[in-house]
Amino acid sequence: MSLKFGVVVFPGSNCDHDAYYALRKILNYDVEFLWHKDTDLIKSSVILLPGGFSYGDYLRTGAISRFSPIMNSVIDFANKGGIVIGICNGFQILLEAGLLPGVMIRNNSLKFVCKDVYLSVENRDTIFSREISSDKKVVKIPIAHGEGNYFADDQLLQELEANKQIVFRYADEKGIVNDESNPNGSQMNIAGIVNKNGNVFGMMPHPERACDPVLGRTDGKLIFKSIANYILN
Amino acid sequence: MFKAKVLIKRRPSILDPQGVAVEKGAKHLGITNIKDTRIGKLIEFNVDLKDRKAAEKEVKDYCSKLLSNPIMEDYEFTLSEFTLENEVK
Repeated sequence: MSLKFGVVVFPGSNCDHDAYYALRKILNYDVEFLWHKDTDLIKSSVILLPGGFSYGDYLRTGAISRFSPIMNSVIDFANKGGIVIGICNGFQILLEAGLLPGVMIRNNSLKFVCKDVYLSVENRDTIFSREISSDKKVVKIPIAHGEGNYFADDQLLQELEANKQIVFRYADEKGIVNDESNPNGSQMNIAGIVNKNGNVFGMMPHPERACDPVLGRTDGKLIFKSIANYILN
Repeated sequence: MFKAKVLIKRRPSILDPQGVAVEKGAKHLGITNIKDTRIGKLIEFNVDLKDRKAAEKEVKDYCSKLLSNPIMEDYEFTLSEFTLENEVK
């Protein structure tokens, strides 16, 4: 399969160009924008739902974007095994669309948090994390959100653990997962999860902001490289 | 025509960080006897149907598919009938 990222542009997306820049200029991958009113995924092999404030976060984050014409195609694509990654607001949209389980609520601090965080890598056997070598306990990637407090009931949390669906958890620099390193109150410090089939992934931190060395951190590249190498090999 | 008032509440089992923060504010103001503050949403709209049952179905659809997220929220609503002349008065 040829590698092509399709970055969806919703009204209010604001990390779409960052994602495009990281994928094309830093990683040199084929990438195109997909307009929310269109339904054609123009032969993308990976769909990326970017961060931002689609539809102004009105009603609930991601609630209205979920009904955009392009999302019907994305849901179809995902249900057929297509690879989808949602970042920040993109993660919230995947939750509203039912492609990933659980919900996102307000940060427990009620504050918008924008800073670098460390993520412990809980599962390296996914399409999205396979290039993170086992000697690397944590990846450093920034967050920027007001509603990143992941909530699921106990049964779902147990399922997520049992199926190894938790990919990233907020941790300290050494990879120790504790309350102090939880920036938003997420249950079990959850920062990123995959669906049961392993083809749909959502994460609150922004890997596209951790690709260009000029920005001082490049761990985000590992996530995009994981996806690309999975498709290319 | 019906006027619908929908009340959306976060499920009791789910933490409401907003409610907790607002209640802290109340304590700072010296309003100290408040407990269990929960913040929800009130949504109003008109339903352009004559039959009450059909209107109820329309509102339920709207509530369950878009206005609330059933994983974390419950909804309740009231419908009151009116005619355009009534409303003007």
